[in-house]
Amino acid sequence: MITENEMWEMLSMRHTPDVCRRLREARVAVAGLGGLGSQVAIMLARCGVGMLHLIDCDVVETSNLNRQAYRTCHLGKRKVDALAEELLTIQPYCRVLLTHVRMDEGNAVDILRDDMLIIEAFDDAAAKAMLVNTVLTQTKDKVVIAASGMVGHGDSNAIRTERVNRRLYVCGDRASDLADGLALMAPRVMICAGHQANLAVRLILGEE
Amino acid sequence: MIRINGEEAQVLGMTITEYLEMKGYRADVVAVELNGEIISRDSFDAVRFVDGDSAEVVRFVGGG
Repeated sequence: MITENEMWEMLSMRHTPDVCRRLREARVAVAGLGGLGSQVAIMLARCGVGMLHLIDCDVVETSNLNRQAYRTCHLGKRKVDALAEELLTIQPYCRVLLTHVRMDEGNAVDILRDDMLIIEAFDDAAAKAMLVNTVLTQTKDKVVIAASGMVGHGDSNAIRTERVNRRLYVCGDRASDLADGLALMAPRVMICAGHQANLAVRLILGEE
Repeated sequence: MIRINGEEAQVLGMTITEYLEMKGYRADVVAVELNGEIISRDSFDAVRFVDGDSAEVVRFVGGG
């Protein structure tokens, strides 16, 4: 077992002390723990983000195994619990706050009251738009990193990060739609998750 | 001149709802940024495009 001091020392050596400190002091909310959210959370934990607020209302199903960060031993468990378990085997000193609830226009602002940086990682288009609209019109300074378009096995390089304004960024190809009958597959979902996680790191470090 | 998603658009006087209908976009899957601010969906029927506006309509597609 690696001790807490050893873990932060390793991250400090890898990332430099200043970067390590700023990531450790950061808190990121991840709304939706499917193919995007589960992978984003693991990447941020590996980077040494100090606190993750994980929000989801589902349990792990067999249909999640093709792209989400769960294993067969997690089937039937709440995603918040399964992901916390997985994260803490990788980075035991990441603090996790778990919220098992379905977000809607009525509860989103309250759930996210202490979060400034929010990863939108839902799979339903209307849920994505709900979260972005609710957070950006009902709060003054929270930032949302949303995702739109990562279905199928099309061109990797079509997935990109775009800044809409100082509070909204969108990662994805902006076009490939679950409604068109294409399947979600691990590589392209993880490319998009990588865009979201890297942007979160850049924002934490003041580089956007 | 009015620009939407980086291109000049002939929408002077049109409401956001009318624009979305013209483009065939569902209002429940978009976020509309107008001159730097996200516009509340409750205002889509009331806000009209005026000369000089710059907007971005983000249309969300499913998958995650």
